[in-house]
Amino acid sequence: MSTLLKVENLALVLGATQKPVVDDVSFHLDQGEFLALVGESGSGKTLAARAVLRLLPPAIVQAGGTIRLDGEDMSGMSPQRLRQVRGGVVGMVFQEPMVSLNPAHSIGTQIAEGLKLHRDIGAAEIRRQSIAMLERVKIRDAARCLGAYPHEFSGGMRQRIMLASVMALRPKLLIADEPTTALDTLTQREVLDLMVELARDHGTATLLITHNLGLVARYAQRALVLRRGRMIEQGTAHDILHNPRDAYTRQLVDALPRRGATETTARAAEPLITVRDLQITYPGRRRWLGRLPGHRAVDGVSLDIHQGETVAVVGGSGSGKTTLGRAILRLVPATGGTISYRGADILSANRADMHRFRLACQLVFQDPYSSLDPRMRIGEIVAEPLRHLPDMDPATKALRVAETLDEVGLGGFDRRLPHELSGGQRQRVAIARAIVRRPSFVVADEPVSALDMTIQQQILTLFQDLQRHHHFACLFISHDLGAVEQIADRVIVMENGKIVEQGSRDAVFDRPEHPYTRALLAATPTLDATKEAFA
Amino acid sequence: MSKPRFGLGLNGMIGIVLIGTLLIVAIVAAFWTPYDPLSLSLRMRLKPPSAAHWFGTDEFGRDVLSRAMAGASASFLISFLTVAFAITVGTTLGVVTGYLRGWTDRVLMMGNDALLAFPGILLALSLMVVMGANRHGVILALGIAYTPSVVRVVRGTVLSLREKEFVEASKMIGNSDIYSMFRHILPNALAPVAVLATSMFGWTLLAESSLSFLGLGVPPPAPTWGNMLAAARPHLESSVWLGLVPGICIALTMLGINLLGDALRDRFDPRMTTA
Repeated sequence: MSTLLKVENLALVLGATQKPVVDDVSFHLDQGEFLALVGESGSGKTLAARAVLRLLPPAIVQAGGTIRLDGEDMSGMSPQRLRQVRGGVVGMVFQEPMVSLNPAHSIGTQIAEGLKLHRDIGAAEIRRQSIAMLERVKIRDAARCLGAYPHEFSGGMRQRIMLASVMALRPKLLIADEPTTALDTLTQREVLDLMVELARDHGTATLLITHNLGLVARYAQRALVLRRGRMIEQGTAHDILHNPRDAYTRQLVDALPRRGATETTARAAEPLITVRDLQITYPGRRRWLGRLPGHRAVDGVSLDIHQGETVAVVGGSGSGKTTLGRAILRLVPATGGTISYRGADILSANRADMHRFRLACQLVFQDPYSSLDPRMRIGEIVAEPLRHLPDMDPATKALRVAETLDEVGLGGFDRRLPHELSGGQRQRVAIARAIVRRPSFVVADEPVSALDMTIQQQILTLFQDLQRHHHFACLFISHDLGAVEQIADRVIVMENGKIVEQGSRDAVFDRPEHPYTRALLAATPTLDATKEAFA
Repeated sequence: MSKPRFGLGLNGMIGIVLIGTLLIVAIVAAFWTPYDPLSLSLRMRLKPPSAAHWFGTDEFGRDVLSRAMAGASASFLISFLTVAFAITVGTTLGVVTGYLRGWTDRVLMMGNDALLAFPGILLALSLMVVMGANRHGVILALGIAYTPSVVRVVRGTVLSLREKEFVEASKMIGNSDIYSMFRHILPNALAPVAVLATSMFGWTLLAESSLSFLGLGVPPPAPTWGNMLAAARPHLESSVWLGLVPGICIALTMLGINLLGDALRDRFDPRMTTA
């Protein structure tokens, strides 16, 4: 097979300071091949890929190296030729499907845009090809979809539409920059399976930028590992994942969640939290007379959570798992059913009881960037929950804050502001804030899904250590079955607001009964996944 | 382009120097002026600028420099109090409506929008008629006229802040609504308010001068730039300095405020650059 893309000794620097951001990176891509560019945030993987299309931010300058596409030197290309190549020869799919389609134009206009620019065909033919392409990515009612606007579609559908509009031009190379990071596991699988299928049909080579090694295992033939702009390792996907030669690659592979030992904690007879037949209906939109029927987010859910155990709630987006977590904390009003804490009903609790319940419960949020007040120092943030403990004297409080910061590995950070911290450090602060009052129950809503793999692993381990030490019960909400497998004692699977399966972790993972659970497990990227897409 | 020094750029620096100078003059004038700005001297009527009277004298023989300085002090004080009033009341209302939402928000914002529909100066004029022309009247009238725009800005910021997870985190901790509002939301909403306050200082100064010019502001003989302009009108043909001095004072202040305001706006709140 002939080489399509050859990148040699690529060096990119940050214009003003000459600081290298990508340093001496070389790789090549044959026609129809699938190469994964792997690395954590700041590794330069996106910049290296963008350099191929000369789509670099203005501050980044190419300081050296050559990029040859089909034998043609990219740096010698005229702007006209470059425009022909972009879209026509090399297509790109971006990470964020919510913003990569223009909300002001219909889907039809956006797919037609590329065809009009790069192919000499008439309006009727454009329409025919657009519909064919949309059908190819399994969009139902493709003809009607041409007139629809992006906001009418879910994230997964938008990403498929994006794929259709890029692949309609039959590019020789497809660059996909974390195309499924914003999607849940099931949708991720759908989109990537389609992408691989289309690439194979059209003989398109694919450059996938990802931080997820599971995806590398499932789809890639070869992989390239980057760290801080330098090439760490390059080889077949199988070698990289199963016989990593470099210590950093091994660290990445080890960061994949693994099932921990099954712990048999002696259970108190009485559950800490009891939920019975919980219903949550979001009111429908107001109309002239009355309302439209509401959306039932949680439908007849019952569960028990015991002292010290971790119960994971898993499901795709829209399954109601987040709503369930917030309802148990009474951040979302329940429309039916009961929730009790240590046997006392909290839905009908008076102010004082409610306050006591609040003091015993905490929440860890998904996004560590918006869950900390940007104007408060770390020490103040962690100390804030203690203001509701009037019996504790200031010296003890200060001691508790210092101790808790030490526990989460942030000793001495108390004078810093949130913006001075990395994502993982911020999440540690959020965890410190949650446990500083020694709660008996913590809801963790996707606490690691915004973080890099190695950081995810650190946070999960930290969480387990803290739980072992402080014995709080935890409701762990996640769409990432890998993390759940590592941390959960019991697993609850939700679909469309209902519990479809629940049981001990080993039972659910080893002997899934409901088809939805099986689909979720099958869609979860793991190292052992055979490359069925190429089989 | 080189990076602007002190983060405000050349225009911002010019603004600071202008406003700073005028502010120092206003503060000095509160304690000392070359002549008593109120003492009459009929022998010295309408004298052109000289070594003794740098900016000449007016139709009653009063020193124009002293009156302009005293006017600066009066105008700056009135503007400052007006802005303080509008910011305090507006921020409180804005945080309350934005955080509580629901009926409180709807009723308060309905009233607010009705007030916003009037041009500020017209609203102030009608309020002055009701309250009578005096210093407190001016402050109150202008304060009320400028409050609605503060409410709007603060409410908008609060609406976006209250959806942030750190506010929900505060609720989870067990903090009351009032505490969350003032501890977590208000400090984060203050940057756009500071920018607005700077521009508003200029608007109120101009509005106060206009009111005084129309005879609805601070009544004579106490000097303000507005009533000095008004008094100069009949004598403009023979004694042009009478109009020039307060006119240039107002123009310089407005220039300084606008330069500073724009620089602050670019620095702190890029969203408002096209406003």
